[in-house]
Amino acid sequence: MAPTPEESTLLQALRNGDEAAFALLVDRYHGQLLRLAMAFVASRAIAEEVVQETWIGVLEGLARFEGRSSLKTWIFRILTNQAKTRGVRESRTVPFSPLGNDDADKPSVDPTRFLTSGYFVDHWASPPTPWDEATPERLLLSKECGQRLEQAIEALPPAQRQVLVLRDVDGLSSEEVCNVLALSETNQRVLLHRARSRVRRALERYLEGDASTP
Amino acid sequence: MTREEIRNRVIDCLAGKVTCKSFTEAVTDYLEGNLSVLDWVRFQMHLGLCLGCRLYLRQMKLTIRAMGTLPEKPIPADVRAELIRRFRNWKNP
Repeated sequence: MAPTPEESTLLQALRNGDEAAFALLVDRYHGQLLRLAMAFVASRAIAEEVVQETWIGVLEGLARFEGRSSLKTWIFRILTNQAKTRGVRESRTVPFSPLGNDDADKPSVDPTRFLTSGYFVDHWASPPTPWDEATPERLLLSKECGQRLEQAIEALPPAQRQVLVLRDVDGLSSEEVCNVLALSETNQRVLLHRARSRVRRALERYLEGDASTP
Repeated sequence: MTREEIRNRVIDCLAGKVTCKSFTEAVTDYLEGNLSVLDWVRFQMHLGLCLGCRLYLRQMKLTIRAMGTLPEKPIPADVRAELIRRFRNWKNP
């Protein structure tokens, strides 16, 4: 994945010292980088520092950047490296297992939702119900719903959170995510699945106003 | 083998052991296009028959799209100014 034509132009401008080009890059990626950094380190303050170190790293590396990946992937990878180093230093280590196996055997849906015997075993006993808020816009119209969504993402184990943030919040492709986080395609998909299942559960709990189901 | 048995065999082979539970475990593979053609057909058939799983899929898609519309974390003005200053220093060391 080489830089896009737009990125090549941007890269040239950066190397020529074009301040506007750098400002554009910062405005485009700072928020996404911050969100990702927060999936690695323990506090917002440390995450802010990691992002600033990332931008310094970008400036230092610009001359060496060979364009073997897209500019975006390259920047996100610098952040990942900075954040990992920092995370280790802050002793909030990224789980050793690439899958962060703290809920390896947890089902995607609460098992009590399925029938446990009979011909229709493992089919819905209490099926999902339609959500009134049928579009993301309507869903997030309520500030509280947005907050619940953010909380659900923050509560994820780090490895799941990193994948989910990149794929679903920032909209990177699976190939880009594998590159940025140095994950295999399979591990990326497993982490994404666990993360999405958890976030859906959290939204369901909120929208259906039932605090009792896990 | 009776006609009935053959018919059931064919249905078993095509529909496989698709349960609602197995769909919830495979929903990401389904959305990511990572299923074998046969499994895809099986889930497709299951979805056609199962309102609960169609709703589950709809909830999942909505969850994913909602995450994509979360507001970005804003960059504080002083942080931005500091970064631009660093860029100037980098440009003219």
